[in-house]
Amino acid sequence: MLKTSLGFLGVSIICLLFADIEVTTIDPWIELGRMLKGAATPDLRVLWDFRTAILNTLVFAICGIAIGVAVGAPLSLFFHLRPVRVVCALVRAVHEIFWAFLFLPIVGLNPVCGVLAIAIPYAGVFAKVCAEIIQEADARPASALPYGTDRLTRFAYGVLPVVFRSFKSYSSYRFECALRSSAVLGFVGLPTLGFHLETAFREGLYCEAAALLYAFYLLIFSLKWWVRPRAVPVWVAGSFLLLAKDVSIQWDNISRLAYEILPWPMRRDGFLEGSDTIAWTAVETNQWLLDLIGNQGMQGTWDTVVLTQVVLGVTGLFAAAAFPLVCHHFWNRNTRGLGNLLLIVVRTTPEYVLAYVFIQLWGPSMLPAILAISLHNGAILAHLTGARANQITLKEDSPSRGLDRYGYEILPRTFGQLLAFLLYRWEIIARESAILGILGIYTLGFFIDSAISDNKLDQAIVLIAISAILNVGIDSISQVVRRKLRISVGKITTLT
Amino acid sequence: MSAVPESHPIPNLFSLQGVSVAYDGEAVLKDIYLEIREGEQVVIFGPSGAGKTTLLRRLLELRPDRTAFIHQDYALVPQLSVFHNVYAGSLDQNSWHHNLRNLVRPHTLDVEKVEAVIARVGLEGKLWDSVSDLSGGQQQRVAVARAIFRGVNVLLADEPVASVDSQQSAAILQMLKNVAETSVVSLHDVSLGMDVFSRVIGVRAGQIEFDLPTADVSPVLLENLYRPC
Repeated sequence: MLKTSLGFLGVSIICLLFADIEVTTIDPWIELGRMLKGAATPDLRVLWDFRTAILNTLVFAICGIAIGVAVGAPLSLFFHLRPVRVVCALVRAVHEIFWAFLFLPIVGLNPVCGVLAIAIPYAGVFAKVCAEIIQEADARPASALPYGTDRLTRFAYGVLPVVFRSFKSYSSYRFECALRSSAVLGFVGLPTLGFHLETAFREGLYCEAAALLYAFYLLIFSLKWWVRPRAVPVWVAGSFLLLAKDVSIQWDNISRLAYEILPWPMRRDGFLEGSDTIAWTAVETNQWLLDLIGNQGMQGTWDTVVLTQVVLGVTGLFAAAAFPLVCHHFWNRNTRGLGNLLLIVVRTTPEYVLAYVFIQLWGPSMLPAILAISLHNGAILAHLTGARANQITLKEDSPSRGLDRYGYEILPRTFGQLLAFLLYRWEIIARESAILGILGIYTLGFFIDSAISDNKLDQAIVLIAISAILNVGIDSISQVVRRKLRISVGKITTLT
Repeated sequence: MSAVPESHPIPNLFSLQGVSVAYDGEAVLKDIYLEIREGEQVVIFGPSGAGKTTLLRRLLELRPDRTAFIHQDYALVPQLSVFHNVYAGSLDQNSWHHNLRNLVRPHTLDVEKVEAVIARVGLEGKLWDSVSDLSGGQQQRVAVARAIFRGVNVLLADEPVASVDSQQSAAILQMLKNVAETSVVSLHDVSLGMDVFSRVIGVRAGQIEFDLPTADVSPVLLENLYRPC
């Protein structure tokens, strides 16, 4: 296990040599000062003007998660079928923002675009996680039911009651993620919180930005008060009603999209004639594909992998260093409270927003991306590892000095768990690395974003497919490594 | 013309003729011959790992629809109420829509029936308690109630009192007697059950060591059954 970890760390350091981590802004500290001043003096009056955006953020998240659960949870019952697993893996591997890019041409900048962009990847995640929960659940109550019981009854009486609580807590965690996704979708133009956040940051209106961020935190921290089991149907019904108000799907757009995602060599002659005919140009199409993969595909993949591996190392180190903050073996109640608050704020802030802020400070390079993704993921892992460490009971004769206790007792006992968590999040880190290209570093997201802005949907779809395959590949490597090291994340369901 | 032999006036309920069972190449039951007739009250004794559970499961497979099975533990759904766990005994006798409906909004008729059954096992007033809130002894009473509610005439029970204190054990074993006409119960503790059952089968290392009326079982025989390997 130690060898593997050192191996990953080694790769991380080598990748760091290839990564561009320059600070390109002239005076980052002045800008930071202005941001901090904004954070201290939020302009709460603007929130009233942005009420529609805040409502949209909620509506997209609620509708997205509702569809995701409705489709994903039943799919989990068929997760033993290979085609279901493959489709779910591919659907999951494409980031919400990329899904939004795909739906934009069909439905336009429309709520449906936002809802589908959340619903589709979340359905894939729900199918996978629900299947895992069922697999980990106690199977004895179900097997003790009478022999001749039909499958549906067996599920309703023997499986569902056993896993229901886990389903519920996972869905509520996932709803928090959906709110983050929903907010971030604003950065690519959808009418949610992120849209105004981006404008505020771009124009340097940090008091407005701070107010929006605080509103977002408030939304998340108050979840447990307004997401009550009995209230859920009301929220869902209300959200779909609001959504239905401005749904408009133009069916011509779908055929238009189907035409535009065809490789350019197939459309070129028809386009030049103005007849939109399709030619089957196998040789040229093949050449086009090879060029695309060889240039943008290769460079994007390389930078995505470099960023992913650096982040993987930094996240691990950060989590290992930070989990004692929330562990009662090291700090007293008050200090732990502070540590908890810090970790919660960091993991609640969408990594996209963190990266955006850091890029404002230091200019576009891998440095802001590395910090943003590592902080966000590291905070999640530190929280989970700290919770595990809190379950350890130490003997009276264990080392009394904090550092000794950390090195000789707590870290060795939690290390396997931490590594399992980290490997589990590897594919998520890769997804985020790809997406941050939109902010100007040369990962896959950069090329996808440029292709979309140039209206080259055919290229975008190939590059999105590459990012999906990359993620599925990383996920399988992670599974192999975890199985080989015999470490597992156990019954933790707040990881994906 | 051969007449029906007079020594077998009651038909065989279970008949095992040279049954062997192996898991992962390891023999759990070796060449078992066993016949159990309707109306018999049988207890199976034997050290842990002797093959008692496998033997009982084998019997269950022979007549699944006529049999109620009580497990040692972990067989109830802890998140569901006493009502639902007892009702679960009859799931295969009802349609899926009736079952689903009962999960959400129990039928009055079923509630009354279950209420009558749990009164017989001393769980009055616990109908809507979650099973996870009950003590170990109470949970086994729920399991007995489930078997009674199933309403079949054969009971198989696999160490039904293994995780229950000794005071409760005697009471629960007495209840088992009244569940069905025929019962086959495995027990680990030989001090229980000698006064409840009429036939004793001793199992050791996957084989039947003896199969006698209770009156013919001597302490030496039992001690020998539990001798160290």
